[in-house]
Amino acid sequence: MSVTTVFGSIDNYDKGGVEITGNEEARDYLFSNMFEVAGNAAPWERIVIAKNLENTIECIRAEGDSPWYICSHDETALLMQGKMEAHFIKPADSGLAPAEDKEGSVRLSGRPEGQVMGHVKASRGHMVLLPAGAAYQFRAGELGVILLQTLLGDESIQKWAEICQH
Amino acid sequence: MAATAEQINELPVLTEAHRESAPHPVTGYKGFEIGSFKFQRDEYFARIQCPTATHVMDVENFLRSMVRDVAWGFFYGWVNFDEVFGTVNNYGSVDVFMGAYNQGYKDSGTDFTERFETEVLLACFKSLLSDWTNACFNPFAAPLETGSARGPKNGSNDEAVNFQRELADRFVSLPGDSPVRSDENGRSVNRQFADVDQSEPEVHAEPGFEGQLAGFSLFRYLSRSPVTWNPSIVSVVRSSAYCPTSEEHILPVDHGNDRVEWFIQMSDEITWRVADKNTAAPMSVVTMKAGDVSCMPADIRHRGYSPKRSMLLVWENLTPGLEIRYAKGELPPVPASF
Ligand SMILES: [Fe+2]
Repeated sequence: MSVTTVFGSIDNYDKGGVEITGNEEARDYLFSNMFEVAGNAAPWERIVIAKNLENTIECIRAEGDSPWYICSHDETALLMQGKMEAHFIKPADSGLAPAEDKEGSVRLSGRPEGQVMGHVKASRGHMVLLPAGAAYQFRAGELGVILLQTLLGDESIQKWAEICQH
Repeated sequence: MAATAEQINELPVLTEAHRESAPHPVTGYKGFEIGSFKFQRDEYFARIQCPTATHVMDVENFLRSMVRDVAWGFFYGWVNFDEVFGTVNNYGSVDVFMGAYNQGYKDSGTDFTERFETEVLLACFKSLLSDWTNACFNPFAAPLETGSARGPKNGSNDEAVNFQRELADRFVSLPGDSPVRSDENGRSVNRQFADVDQSEPEVHAEPGFEGQLAGFSLFRYLSRSPVTWNPSIVSVVRSSAYCPTSEEHILPVDHGNDRVEWFIQMSDEITWRVADKNTAAPMSVVTMKAGDVSCMPADIRHRGYSPKRSMLLVWENLTPGLEIRYAKGELPPVPASF
């Protein structure tokens, strides 16, 4: 018997949902679909699709080159659709990195000066470490979807009413 | 409810080691006792007795529940083997209960709970698992991948029941951290993920930055998971832990949350039956397909059904003491409102 593992994409996904059988509401599950969220997003917007106190998972529509970002703590990027490169620079100006207690990543005004650390080339299903203190940029040659493991910060957009079943 | 919770909070912690009987003359299985609980198995069933009630479960389902309870170190909160029997993790001690989270038992006063020191209970459950698991049965495998646990005692399968899950400290593939999975380290591709792309990302670190950049294929990693319903940890960002797992057939426990957790369905499909944590009353059915995201609120229990082996990202918050803040009502059971 041949098997087919089903993955989704912005152009091809099937959404499940919540059926209530007791005394509560569907909105309690904050149910959404990452491909629907990315399909309706502007490139590189970071839309919170999961939140647990300060921790978030943010959904990103990857298209072209992203801004440069830096963060005081690690983050990870899981590519759920497409191909991308993540480029890293160690900033020459140590003042560029946010304070240690600053949560979430900070957008930089442009490519920072500093030493090139390298890059990671990823395709669907690959996960990339975005190490603390390294400036990074995503480059997506084709439309993609990234899930960012991070903390709620300046770039995080919460719009639960728009994305969740209710 | 409040009075019950207070009574349970005052339970003494039992520290006495468990007792084992000689093997049964006909079936060959030992009986186990800890505190006032007695565990026996025959060819088909596990039989659990406490001062207020007797409970029977299909032995395969019982062993599948038990192996996970042990492998997870009693996990977060409630591990309900079924709607009657299970454990609650107090992180240092563990409650074993019969009917304590079932409205019928509560109403009739036949619920029963005893509290054990974690290590003492773990030793009992490990010994039971070793004795009751036959050579041809792997309780971590999907039913189509393993033989039956039924029948009289027939060898053992300690290698399977002692399976250690892989826990990254920071990020899989970093030097000194949890490794990627490959044929070389005994992790071959599962039959149900034969079509999953096996490429790894290209990591190009400039001289001086080797070991600081990292990437790996999570889909390849999960396609090579030898077990079902048994999360690994692949990345930790402060208290945020990615705990992906491969799922096939039925989650052998109703996990009762003591904190919020999230599910991100990465491939295929799982249907979750959700019930009230305290009463076991049905609350909802949540069907998740590839790309779907859903939280599991802190006041529910859930059991998943995965018709094909699927990839699920379970997302946890590792902050110690969260369970107390939810139990006291300091934190709402749903993590965002709109
Ligand atoms: Fe769970």
